[in-house]
Amino acid sequence: MLRIEGLTAEIDGKPILKGIDLEVPSGELHAIMGPNGSGKSTLSYVLSGRDGYEITGGSVTFNGIDLLAMEPEERAAAGVFLAFQYPVELPGVGNANFLRTALNAQRRHRGERELDAMQFLKLARARMKELSMPEDMLKRGVNVGFSGGEKKRNEVLQMALLSPQLAILDETDSGLDIDALKIVAEGVNALRSPAFSALIITHYQRLLDYIVPDRVHVLMAGRIVKSGGPELALELEASGYASVAA
Amino acid sequence: MAAVTETIEAVQSVAEGGYKWGFETDIEMEFAPKGLNEDIVRFISAKKNEPAWLLEWRLKAFALWQTMEEPDWAAVDYPKIDYQDAYYYAAPKNKQGPKSLDEVDPELLRTYEKLGIPLREQAILAGVEGAGDSPAEGRMPIAIDAVFDSVSVATSYKERLAKDGIIFCAISEAVQEHPELVRKYLGSVVPQADNYFAALNSAVFTDGSFVYIPKGVKCPMELSTYFRINAKSTGQFERTLIIADEGSKVSYLEGCTAPMRDENQLHAAVVELVLLDDATIKYSTVQNWYPGDAEGRGGIYNFVTKRAACRGARSKVSWTQVETGSAITWKYPSCILQGDDSVGEFYSVAITNNRQQADTGTKMFHIGARTKSTIVSKGISAGRGQNTYRGLVKISPKAVGARNFTQCDSLLIGDECGAHTVPYIENRCMSAKVEHEATTSRIAEDQLFYCRQRGLTQEEAVGLIVNGFCREVLKELPMEFAVEAQKLLAISLEGSVG
Repeated sequence: MLRIEGLTAEIDGKPILKGIDLEVPSGELHAIMGPNGSGKSTLSYVLSGRDGYEITGGSVTFNGIDLLAMEPEERAAAGVFLAFQYPVELPGVGNANFLRTALNAQRRHRGERELDAMQFLKLARARMKELSMPEDMLKRGVNVGFSGGEKKRNEVLQMALLSPQLAILDETDSGLDIDALKIVAEGVNALRSPAFSALIITHYQRLLDYIVPDRVHVLMAGRIVKSGGPELALELEASGYASVAA
Repeated sequence: MAAVTETIEAVQSVAEGGYKWGFETDIEMEFAPKGLNEDIVRFISAKKNEPAWLLEWRLKAFALWQTMEEPDWAAVDYPKIDYQDAYYYAAPKNKQGPKSLDEVDPELLRTYEKLGIPLREQAILAGVEGAGDSPAEGRMPIAIDAVFDSVSVATSYKERLAKDGIIFCAISEAVQEHPELVRKYLGSVVPQADNYFAALNSAVFTDGSFVYIPKGVKCPMELSTYFRINAKSTGQFERTLIIADEGSKVSYLEGCTAPMRDENQLHAAVVELVLLDDATIKYSTVQNWYPGDAEGRGGIYNFVTKRAACRGARSKVSWTQVETGSAITWKYPSCILQGDDSVGEFYSVAITNNRQQADTGTKMFHIGARTKSTIVSKGISAGRGQNTYRGLVKISPKAVGARNFTQCDSLLIGDECGAHTVPYIENRCMSAKVEHEATTSRIAEDQLFYCRQRGLTQEEAVGLIVNGFCREVLKELPMEFAVEAQKLLAISLEGSVG
């Protein structure tokens, strides 16, 4: 269970989040929708612990643990995964090496046995098959020379391998064609379980055709202004954010 | 961004504790009197029981050196070296070439153990009969020559190599045992008057490794030399000579360390490689001399001349270097591509942290037809380190169809360091093709965050990114060395993160 209470945050003295209250119970998928500049990406970075954001008030707990007190890598080991809006390139770092290093770092942190190269490859190949990803993506540099769609699929592959308890998808649907969108959705849906929850941040309703959320929240000017069921997304699509704000 | 700020602070905080090879071995030493003059040159030659021609050769070099000026064109800044304030000969006492392990000073063996030299070859090193025939469990044997201050202490696997006619020994021994080879090739690639430091080396060189690979022989194991400066106020001037006869092949590794000292110590080595028709030499260096402390106190001045002469057609030389140590690095491993279709390669990683300065690169002389050269240089600057790539690609009119590809990449960590690229290209051949690519980048905050979000610590993230940056060079190293080099890169930048 993710619990956010009265969360306020600013960048360079400029308030961005102005009091967020949100609960995502285990097993649920929640969508956060909102126009540009409403604070969606800031929320995802604050939850995952990126530098440069000052938390000025409120609290965030995940399964009862104070998330804000942890380093980014500790949050990762605790099961928090952020699918980046703009996945970062790491030249010369092989994708397989990166994924295995990350997986083993988390396993080590949790006191689990590390996977050797063979065990890892077996696991990675199985997941890639499910995501219809060509195997050579393991050999290439992390996100280097990947198309927009490949980068997003690579994010989903990482998510599938790291099997987080809380996934935050930051506009993972942006720039994707319909086939890629379906693959991303399948990746998320495959993780659905009573122990898994997700925050799906998006501009548009169309991803929600494939990942049906339990709840939809509308974020505007740093506050959640409206919450509802999946039908709220359709309503927004039809009448725009202005009508909600009114 | 805060992460980068932390990185900078931590880079600055790397002090002496970061250097793990900074111990000193307490061992009885024999020194020549301090200072440099003709008598010292004679002393060294006499100590080594050298033939008259070599003494003459040294004296000629010394005379030349006295007429020369210390070069000042490199982008390195250091106080004037007082050549009279150093010892030019230091040797562990009781050195007559150990015949068994018992004769090697146990302190010395302990030193090499600390350095992680697989001296299971210790017994072998000491020349214990039969020890060379059973390599350590499941590992590829590596023949090792160990040079401690001024003398070579022991060479392993010698007898086994001798079965193939391979000579691998201390150069002082080669002078005695194989004078015809030494006399023929010594100074034939790097002449005495080549440059200031080469002239100095020619006058006072004390030891180093000698390798001869006969015609058609592929050396069955890696040959390796570990250089260690131990004594205080001592310069190390080793001389390495490798001759690869027609159709032969050898891979040679070189590793270097020194204790931590407040003063600067001079290391001026000369390495000469000779390649005849169809010969291949792969020469790999992991240089980890003491870099000095965070304020730039102490550290090795590393002024090295390395050159390969590809005399034969289709010969191929490959220099791979990982330079993490030294206060000052001045080093340009070069290739004279004389034989038609000969190939020269230079792969380099140079790290400068704290106050380290490196001016390093290569020279490729294309003389023969269709000669090919590849240069890949990766410079990493952190702290207040200054890193310069300086390279020359020279193509003579006869080098029809010659090709060169050069790639220089610089990576910056923090905002007080510097990276410089100085490529010289002189092309006198219309049909030659020369390419040069260069990039400069930073470890970006978003790269670090991306890695940490996936569970890596900041330190692991820097290590991963730096190793990725150097990948093209590291993959050229022999496997065991590559692992060592990867760890060394991480250690050199240790604390470069919060």
